[in-house]
Amino acid sequence: MEVYFHSVTLDESKCKGCTNCIKKCPTEAIRVREGKARIIEQRCIDCGECIRTCPNHAKVAVTDSLEGLNRFRYRVALPAPSFYGQFKPEVSLGRILGALLELGFDTVYEVAWGAEAVSVAVQEFLARESGKRPLISSACPAVIRLMQVRFPTLLDHVIPVDSPMEAAAKMAKRAKVQELGLAEEEIGAFFITPCPAKVTAVKQPFGDNRTYVDGAISMSTVYGEVLKALPEAQDRYDLVQSTGLGIGWGYSGGENRAIYQGQKSRFSFLAVDGIHSVISLLEQMERGDDLKGIDYVEAQACIGGCIGGPLVPQNRFVSRVQLARIADTIGRPEEGIKREEFLGLWKEGLLDLKGEIRPRPVMSLDPDIRKAIAKLEQLEKTVEDLPGLDCGSCGSPNCRALAEDIVRGNALETDCVFKLRERVKELAEEMVELAQKLPPAMGK
Amino acid sequence: MSGNNKAFLELEFPVAAMDFVRAGRVASQIKRALEQAGMPAGVVRRAAIAAYEAEMNIVIHSHGGVMRARIAPSLVEIEAEDWGPGIPDIELAMQEGYSTAPREILEMGFGAGMGLPNMRKCADRLDIRSEVGKGTQVVVSIFNAEPLEARA
Repeated sequence: MEVYFHSVTLDESKCKGCTNCIKKCPTEAIRVREGKARIIEQRCIDCGECIRTCPNHAKVAVTDSLEGLNRFRYRVALPAPSFYGQFKPEVSLGRILGALLELGFDTVYEVAWGAEAVSVAVQEFLARESGKRPLISSACPAVIRLMQVRFPTLLDHVIPVDSPMEAAAKMAKRAKVQELGLAEEEIGAFFITPCPAKVTAVKQPFGDNRTYVDGAISMSTVYGEVLKALPEAQDRYDLVQSTGLGIGWGYSGGENRAIYQGQKSRFSFLAVDGIHSVISLLEQMERGDDLKGIDYVEAQACIGGCIGGPLVPQNRFVSRVQLARIADTIGRPEEGIKREEFLGLWKEGLLDLKGEIRPRPVMSLDPDIRKAIAKLEQLEKTVEDLPGLDCGSCGSPNCRALAEDIVRGNALETDCVFKLRERVKELAEEMVELAQKLPPAMGK
Repeated sequence: MSGNNKAFLELEFPVAAMDFVRAGRVASQIKRALEQAGMPAGVVRRAAIAAYEAEMNIVIHSHGGVMRARIAPSLVEIEAEDWGPGIPDIELAMQEGYSTAPREILEMGFGAGMGLPNMRKCADRLDIRSEVGKGTQVVVSIFNAEPLEARA
């Protein structure tokens, strides 16, 4: 069986075995067994909903540490656009980037800048390639994993353009190899991540895509370090390459805005955020609905977009205001997106998402279709017998999931407290009945 | 819900007329069942689209009805049976864009006259029986060409 890497993991010592997380998981990937939450590896998409939900902070995201920088001769920081929204208005963007250098990075390449390259690539793809519509953004890895697990038939809608993170890493490495004469392996590119899904995307890229990112460090960790470094930090406005449009990718709607800039009339765009809203939209698409002629779907697993990521320190509504302010005022909007330069990179294939994104079939009850149908029949019968309260006390997220677990041999009907109570009652009645029976020698 | 001695599994779901809020739910349930039964993605997709169109037809045009999914290794059948006005001219109803949906339905963005044509596109076989004043029964058959191929 394939081995899956997951950033989202359980801290067993903190898990109390409550059932909050199993209820919120969009792929029903968690069960509580023997008093601890267990993540079903094949189903987990690293969206981080459980990290948000867990009242005991037992769900954690494993990310890379700053020590990892030491492995490389030259270190590049790749801050996600959402990072800029974490600071007070009086902290300039130049100083935020300057503070990153104090942490041991040699330079900063904005993922916002990579986002502008991707925006141009998406524009071109929409203009040149007819065919599947609507196309779905590849930028949110939790959405792509969700599709692999729950919507495999829609995978051919994913636009074959790489994510801003990868684009920034590739462009940074290429530039530094040329500028400094370094070998590519000597350069370490580290993404400052708002979410566990990006960590997983780096450790285990989808498709046949290789990653150019050498590590993903939690935004909350970097945020703390940057706050400490800010008083000493220089203003490095010279490191700002984005026009502000790329920065807008950090919140919901910003990606579409950057892409449709200048071509409003030609294509129609839809933005959806929050994993449950994404699921309902994909369900609609799966029924053959083309969403009223929408050409492109920006879909993000977190409410509000990346600023709502599980590893983002600030309140998402506050950081949205901050980020919008920076996007509107900073950068060099008068120069516009460096269209020609990015177009060249796209034509060269540097911005392509390579390889097929394969489905991760986890629904089928058995590899043998005959057995699977028989198990489905059993499942339907079992569901009818269960109380339908979806209470979660059995450790499965709902009655249907318990029925599925039973059919798969991973649970028992008596795991249901109501079924158990029924059985105990029957047994008690039988005992009373038996107790009243007397052997003929003792009876009348 | 299912017949024990039959060579296939049958699932049955009621569909209420004019219930646009819950419309689509039966199609989703059928889709999920087919995935659990290990049907290939292409079969699941076609069956889900056909089921959705059939469900919408019951919601829009009838006084209520029932949907059935019959699942066998090499065949999926989606049956939609409704009580309602029936279809006077089936050939006409099969034409793309031909619609008898009332204005308020059209205003809601439904009833584009693509229901039956879309179902035909998804079907390997399409059977329609209708009696004016009584109701309509539509059966979409989709063959699974790779029934015994093991999937991981």
